[in-house]
Amino acid sequence: MKFDYAPAPESSAIVTIEPKYDLYIDGKFVPSKSGKRFATINPANEKVLSEVTGATTTDVDKAVKAATAAFKKWSKLTGAQRGKYLYRIARIMQERAREFAVLETMDNGKPIRETRDIDIPLAAAHFFYHAGWADKLDYAGLGNNPAPHGVVGQIIPWNFPLLMLSWKIAPALATGNTVVLKPAETTPLTALLFAEVCEQAGLPRGVVNILTGDGSTGAALVNHPGIQKIAFTGSTEVGKLIARSVAGAKKSVTLELGGKGANVIFEDAPIDETVEGIINGIFFNQGHVCCAGSRLLVQENIKNEVLEKLKRRMSLIRVGDPLDKNTDLGAINSRAQLMKIQELTESGIAEGAHRWSPDCQLPEQGFWFPPTFFTEVSQAHRIAREEIFGPVLSVISFRTPSEAIEKANNTPYGLSAGVWTDKGSRILWAAKELKAGVIWANTFNKFDPASPFGGYKESGWGREGGRHGLAAYLKGAHS
Amino acid sequence: MRIDVRKTYKLFIGGQFPRSESGRSYELLSPKKKFLANPALASRKDLRDAVVAARSASEKWASATAFNRSQILYRIAEMMEGRRAQFIDEVMAQEGISSAAATKEVDAAIDLWVWYAGWCDKVSTIYGATNPVSGSFYNFTTPEPMGVVATFIDGNSALLDIVQGIAPIIAGGNSAVAIAHEKFPLSALTLAEVIATSDVPAGTVNILTGKASEIAPWVGSHMDIDGVDTTGLSAALHQEIKVSGADNLKRISKFSEAASPHRILAFMEEKTVWHPIGI
Repeated sequence: MKFDYAPAPESSAIVTIEPKYDLYIDGKFVPSKSGKRFATINPANEKVLSEVTGATTTDVDKAVKAATAAFKKWSKLTGAQRGKYLYRIARIMQERAREFAVLETMDNGKPIRETRDIDIPLAAAHFFYHAGWADKLDYAGLGNNPAPHGVVGQIIPWNFPLLMLSWKIAPALATGNTVVLKPAETTPLTALLFAEVCEQAGLPRGVVNILTGDGSTGAALVNHPGIQKIAFTGSTEVGKLIARSVAGAKKSVTLELGGKGANVIFEDAPIDETVEGIINGIFFNQGHVCCAGSRLLVQENIKNEVLEKLKRRMSLIRVGDPLDKNTDLGAINSRAQLMKIQELTESGIAEGAHRWSPDCQLPEQGFWFPPTFFTEVSQAHRIAREEIFGPVLSVISFRTPSEAIEKANNTPYGLSAGVWTDKGSRILWAAKELKAGVIWANTFNKFDPASPFGGYKESGWGREGGRHGLAAYLKGAHS
Repeated sequence: MRIDVRKTYKLFIGGQFPRSESGRSYELLSPKKKFLANPALASRKDLRDAVVAARSASEKWASATAFNRSQILYRIAEMMEGRRAQFIDEVMAQEGISSAAATKEVDAAIDLWVWYAGWCDKVSTIYGATNPVSGSFYNFTTPEPMGVVATFIDGNSALLDIVQGIAPIIAGGNSAVAIAHEKFPLSALTLAEVIATSDVPAGTVNILTGKASEIAPWVGSHMDIDGVDTTGLSAALHQEIKVSGADNLKRISKFSEAASPHRILAFMEEKTVWHPIGI
């Protein structure tokens, strides 16, 4: 007898998507004079959801002017006043959480279980947390009379659209800056819905401006002389371009970039919990996570046992309709990303690694990739060095703890790492030795507004979240 | 009349005092154009050697206890105090200032080591955090050294500037490659002798003399340097390093304040650790 899951789709009736969106500048939606519209699709079925506007240099200029004008008043409000606006925003996001979750799932392709339980609650919590900082900056230990930069240009990625928006906007507003934000080309809809939240919260016009567009809109934002600070989350490649292009300007920059996180499993780790952690480390959000545990470093004597259990667990992963409440692995965000994942996995095979995926039926429409791992991976293989940003794990073994650390640190990235062991002293030793900004010990992929996030080396500059994250938005502050 | 024995001023790399591998030196004159010395004119290869030495030393220095580092920085101050007269002479010779002014500078330089010595075991306390995350986790953040930091020494003073440039870097547990100011190699190398005899592990501090403008491009593009203090560079060279330094996203800072925890923290990374709480 076979017991199977019945479909349990979340209704999309809760969201209203306009056929077309303009740009949100100075408190209202305004059309661009010359910007072309482009479609945003649901990656799970390739259906067009809406058409949004590609903001031009002229639109960027208009938004920066609005933000500059708004800064004069916004920065003069007391911290308590700014904080109250942020509290309102947090509450409205909580009230409209299901709407945001469904919309995010439709535009991004990630499972409703994740948008409902992780993305949206964390995004609201980020505003709530920073609301409380707004009137306590003098106590933050970030220098005397901490002052905002002015207008902040923010560019966010497509993997956690609303959550990354909140990581950017909440600290910027709490510290008294105003914002021009560009959501990712493939996931603009929750940012546009956020504009409505700002309206409902009565946020003064021009404090938050939202410009949809592609890389050219982002470049115009980065290079605009009226922007005092750039905050970017995205690829290391683009991060380096930004760093070079603002080298001559007096602009403060924070970057959250790529990673190739090592998830280190020692022989005494509790295997069943560890396997759950490996799954969460690489298959959470389809592996579209800069801090994913994409390199599994497993001690040689337990490798076979771990891999057998991992295979069994991976066979239970449900891939399919992101709106289905039982879905574990949703759609790949775009065709371009799917092609990148395919290209890298093919390189893995060509370079001699062994691929394994469970039998799983992928939907015919949309962009999909099955959960996958590679064994026989050498440290020189591209799949061990390059960020795949998909549900693909590279398995590498080690014999001694020092070999584990050496292999884990053998990367230009330094965003995250995991450690699994029953021994407390080994956890603290490994955490000290690993060159990464976030270390998850006996857990993985946990996030919180109070917890600073960001990387060493080529994973970026600065931190987001916690007391340390405030420094990015205050002049001359050091954390 | 006794003919004095003069000192040969060489580089300081990996705890040794080699000549430049390029075989080059330059003539150093006092402000009154009196011959002082032929210090080494460091090359790209010397920089590479210094970075290799700094990288090899970094693990040992970074893993020394904060209290131990604190005592070693204090030891540097003790050693300098014993060589006060020599430092005063060299500062006077290079800067052409009075004995009183030179004494003031040397005293300030020694005291700055004492100030930074005390920071070694306070940085984590003041700038770390325990973070009250939602969920059953213990979560803490602590600043950690990033590795190898190059520092271009400013030319306002012969001794104080080089202490400002080196002390905060090693106080935070990083290794330093200092490029002394072209005008002031003598006190830089005498400081190297002090460091060499103060229990600072070899390679933790390396000092090159020569032209900053010649070394700067190689510092910017070197892929094994994590951070750069550009205080001693012109605005143009600072910008150049920011462009080439983007190749590995170096942390690049220019400072105006002499004594500030900012100078330590600019070359530290905040590391956040999560662990579940449970029975």
